[in-house]
Amino acid sequence: MTVVRVEQKVLNENQRLALELRRRFEENAILCLNFISSPGSGKTTLLESTLAAFLPEEKIAVLTGDLQTENDARRIARYGFPVQQIVTGGVCHLDGKMIQRALEPWPLENIDVLFIENVGNLVCPSSYDLGEEAKIVLLSVTEGEDKPLKYPSIFHKAALLILTKVDLLPYVPFDIEAAKANARQVNPDIEILEVSCATGQGMDQWRAWLDQRRGNRAPVAGAINTVAGSDKQR
Amino acid sequence: MHEVGIASSILDAAHRETALRPGAKLISIGVRIGVLSGVDIDALRFAFECITAETEDEKVVLTTEKCPRVNRCEDCGDEFSSPQLSPFTDAPCPRCHCERTKFVSGDQLDIAFVEVEEP
Repeated sequence: MTVVRVEQKVLNENQRLALELRRRFEENAILCLNFISSPGSGKTTLLESTLAAFLPEEKIAVLTGDLQTENDARRIARYGFPVQQIVTGGVCHLDGKMIQRALEPWPLENIDVLFIENVGNLVCPSSYDLGEEAKIVLLSVTEGEDKPLKYPSIFHKAALLILTKVDLLPYVPFDIEAAKANARQVNPDIEILEVSCATGQGMDQWRAWLDQRRGNRAPVAGAINTVAGSDKQR
Repeated sequence: MHEVGIASSILDAAHRETALRPGAKLISIGVRIGVLSGVDIDALRFAFECITAETEDEKVVLTTEKCPRVNRCEDCGDEFSSPQLSPFTDAPCPRCHCERTKFVSGDQLDIAFVEVEEP
């Protein structure tokens, strides 16, 4: 019997693709952000509110992942920026290969910011590097404030936690300070923002965070407009 | 729920390693899973059993080592594991009791070794 030391990452192949993607993003000065949350925390709505505030000539692109349907891509396409739906057909996360394939038709020099909306799932997407500069985790106030304790992996890996739907705080028993403390127990360095896409609360701070990550460029479009109700009209 | 994908990545990597040794037969695989890896060990073992059942890999043994969160104290520089395999940073440094700690490791998802039988 021979024991062979292997010492490699299980997701070696994904890691290789992610490193290649990261290199291409860096070469083209693209800020790539990977949005991860449970289903229904407000990833698509946050993206809609964010896109609504960019000038039409800005080079923004969106990849959005779901198990089925093109619904999210249709919602996001209304803002005039290139968007592609990645239908995973049952797979619970996006991986490097899916991103690479989705980017094939796009000239990367025409992109400054790439938003990736992962499949709604707090567990599996945390294992797959997509070459992003940062993972952003969303937690809505209609969920439990103990989610960071229940799903530590993603809160550990995220650079930013966005607490969403904060306009609902008066109506729900969510303890926002406990939620922040829980996130910091897993990741003491995590940055935290509170936003509401319905009222616009916190959207200026979110935009400032984005602008800082974009290399301290001057903000080009004023405060972010809200797209309140875009979801509810359906 | 992505443990089936993880299990098949583990098996593929082990087969690649075995194939480097002509005539070798895969006997066991050792993996290291950190408490912050996002992978559940029981689900992974179950997934591994399912994908190897009634195949030539049915008897391949999967050995898992659960790795703790290791932190470094920002004051005295001591490295220590969070107690009871906790993924959190709530334990202060056991040496100087400082509460400011930096993450060192605990998100491993690594293949450590394969064991093969050679002709």
